[in-house]
Amino acid sequence: MISRGQAVVLVAGFLVLALVPAAAATLNEPFYLDLFRRIMIFAIAAVSLDLILGYGGMVSFGHAAYLGIGAYAVAVPAFYGIESGLVQWTLAVLASAAAALVIGAVSLRTSGMSFIMITLAFAQMFYYLGISINAWGGDDGMRLARRSRLPALDLADATVFYYVVLAILVGLLWLGHRLVHARFGIVIRATRSNEARMRAIGFSTFRYKLAAFVLAGAGCGLAGALLTNQTDYVTPSYMHWTRSGEIMVMVILGGMGTLVGPVLGAAAYLLLEDVLSAWTVHWQIVLGPLLVLVVLYARRGLYGLLPGSAPRDG
Amino acid sequence: MTALLVAEQCLNGLQLGVMLFLMAAGLTLVFGIMNLVNLAHGSLYMVGAYLATAVFNWSGSFLLGVLFALPATLAIGMLVEVIALRRLYERDHLDQVLATFGLILFFNEAVAIVWGRTALFTRVPRALAGHIMVLPGVRYPAYRAVIILVGLAVALVLYVLVNRTRLGMLIRAGASNRTMVAALGVNIRLLYTLVFGFGAALAALGGLMAGPIYNVQPGMGEEILIQVLVVIVIGGIGSIRGALVGAVVVGMVDTLGRAFLKPLLSTTLGPVAAQSAGPALASMLIYLLMAAVLFFRPRGLFPAVRS
Amino acid sequence: MAEPLLAVRGLCKRFGGLVATDGVDLDVAESETLALIGPNGAGKTTLIAQLSGELRADAGLIRFAGEDVTMLPAPARSLRGIARSFQVTSIFREFTALDNVALAVQAHAGHSFRFWRPAARERGLREPARAALEQVGLAARADMPAGALAHGEQRQLEIAMALATRPRLLLLDEPVAGMGTDESQRMVQLLRTLRGRHTIVLVEHDMDAVFALADRISVMVYGRVIATGVPGAIRENAEVRRAYLGEELPA
Repeated sequence: MISRGQAVVLVAGFLVLALVPAAAATLNEPFYLDLFRRIMIFAIAAVSLDLILGYGGMVSFGHAAYLGIGAYAVAVPAFYGIESGLVQWTLAVLASAAAALVIGAVSLRTSGMSFIMITLAFAQMFYYLGISINAWGGDDGMRLARRSRLPALDLADATVFYYVVLAILVGLLWLGHRLVHARFGIVIRATRSNEARMRAIGFSTFRYKLAAFVLAGAGCGLAGALLTNQTDYVTPSYMHWTRSGEIMVMVILGGMGTLVGPVLGAAAYLLLEDVLSAWTVHWQIVLGPLLVLVVLYARRGLYGLLPGSAPRDG
Repeated sequence: MTALLVAEQCLNGLQLGVMLFLMAAGLTLVFGIMNLVNLAHGSLYMVGAYLATAVFNWSGSFLLGVLFALPATLAIGMLVEVIALRRLYERDHLDQVLATFGLILFFNEAVAIVWGRTALFTRVPRALAGHIMVLPGVRYPAYRAVIILVGLAVALVLYVLVNRTRLGMLIRAGASNRTMVAALGVNIRLLYTLVFGFGAALAALGGLMAGPIYNVQPGMGEEILIQVLVVIVIGGIGSIRGALVGAVVVGMVDTLGRAFLKPLLSTTLGPVAAQSAGPALASMLIYLLMAAVLFFRPRGLFPAVRS
Repeated sequence: MAEPLLAVRGLCKRFGGLVATDGVDLDVAESETLALIGPNGAGKTTLIAQLSGELRADAGLIRFAGEDVTMLPAPARSLRGIARSFQVTSIFREFTALDNVALAVQAHAGHSFRFWRPAARERGLREPARAALEQVGLAARADMPAGALAHGEQRQLEIAMALATRPRLLLLDEPVAGMGTDESQRMVQLLRTLRGRHTIVLVEHDMDAVFALADRISVMVYGRVIATGVPGAIRENAEVRRAYLGEELPA
């Protein structure tokens, strides 16, 4: 189970997130509310990737595709006058799940570096597709006509939107927690550990991996729907492979296979980006080598640095 | 759509194919022999293009650019191998992906700092700026024809190297069973360094030839890298023959698709539908091709047998 | 004579130019223990892999309990009652011993598309797992990470996982591999208790174990079965002695 240090982080983290709107209002800096909302949205994307990457060992380098699909699933209907959040967000989840089903069905027939390259290639295909559809803005993307309409909740209100995102993040973390300890989660984790053994004892591993892949895609699609509401914009760059890399960095930086780690990772990454980019527009020249160093020397990520964190238990 | 246009596009497809082959040959060996996912391969291509173009612009001599860029890029590549990549051979693929992703960010930003983010001015060297008659009645840009010739020459050299020399035999053996080759007492360190250097040189060559005809800007390495990955997946990891076949197929399909899909569609679907469907479908073609190949052969067309 | 539980006819497997399995015929009767012996490289593990479904044969037929399973993938064969232990220990190192065995139970306890209830609380999985650990003598180690177990204990865990799937046929690939004398004897004792209750195909190099456990022995050389018979007959077989020239057979 979780250690003392980890429990403290969980509670403290939640309190910090819950109090950001109040703090931002007091300091009269609405920017922070915006920033932390952005962090939470990417945290949702990172947590969804953690399911297949951290727990399942599937190095999918095309996860941002679902971010884009989810975003377009909101922006395109809005463009044509369909503004209901329930319709849009359901479409975002279903479209991403469908795309993940197709991509996964092909990609999961391979493994190792082939799998990495194939998921990267397919995701980039969606990017090029987005660029070439001029009706929806093509390379430049398009503005979101109006934020999603939710019953009783006005997303145009920054604070209301913030707490909607927080609720979704917490909800997904809780669902994820149940899932990784349920039968399904055990199968995914054990398959990562020793797939040949799993098959020898009677598990048809392909269907479980595919299901996890679809769930992860769906989760990221929801993040995409939230992202376009956050930025009031959608562009194919949401699906660019470098975006997939960023989400992966968030998972690793925070600590993969922990669910909470990716939240820390998203916060660390975006805060670092915010701080560094104020200093220089070429901040990525610091990030690049930093990433290499983290991979070589600090593999367990931030969550793994906490006192008392044991290796992932069974 | 005339026969002339088709011929020209076929040649363009072949030209793209040999460029992809230059990148794919080195990369597939690194994948197969060293089990290293090196996403930063495209960065060497980019560095080669930048160095050659910068020296060409500064000195006015394309040849000088080539003579400088090739060894300089090779040196940078070997430096990266020693400093960072060497530690990654023993790591799992995820670590390699992340570390080489970090290298990509570094290189893209580095060239942006030195040369800015907008595309560098490039031109085809005057000596090769004209057209030549490849076939009776078919004129083709001389520079692109030279690229095709260089690429085919490299393919020939590679064929001889891999199939007729001792080093080539070690490479083929290493691609098919790395541990066995090490167990036989071959100096694995040296073999790895040679293979990597060789791949870096090919990437540099591809980059410096690409300068005059493609956009020289940050991120150019990754655009071609994605296509190269498709080539390798289709051809089979570790196989140079697979890289050649895959490269030519991908080059042809992509070029011909972009050129002819829209006109073809507009005769069946009408010009308006073809206007949007055409480019969209053309951009997806090579990925659909990859999916189709994988469906029947999950390990590619000519996989080197791995254990 | 009743139909054998496992019938193999003309099984062939090539790897490039290497013929690993060269037309193997085998019959194993229900409740029988058949030992498979032979020099290194004879293709014993390859044969086991084809029987368990990990490898697909190039030619030939495998019938199990009257059904043609030649084309069935490994999970399907496991569900039909074929269990396997691996020559090179193959367990889930990060999971506890109990979790390892519970997984084997879970594989045969319906589907695993359950997303809510913690699997650790499912008594229907934990109790049979504990029983299997008990049976192989690992009950005291239930909560240790499998990777931290001693080598001999890991081999025991392999057996426990195989047993937890309630198999009719056990394919045991060198269960005493790498074990010292005491550990081997304990393992042989354990396998003795399984004799008769399960049908067993046992690959082994340890001749003491083979002669203590086998009802019949098949000898494999270069992918072919050169002799099959009761232990006494195999001991006397001239071809077998030649194949094992330099190796000791208990007198």
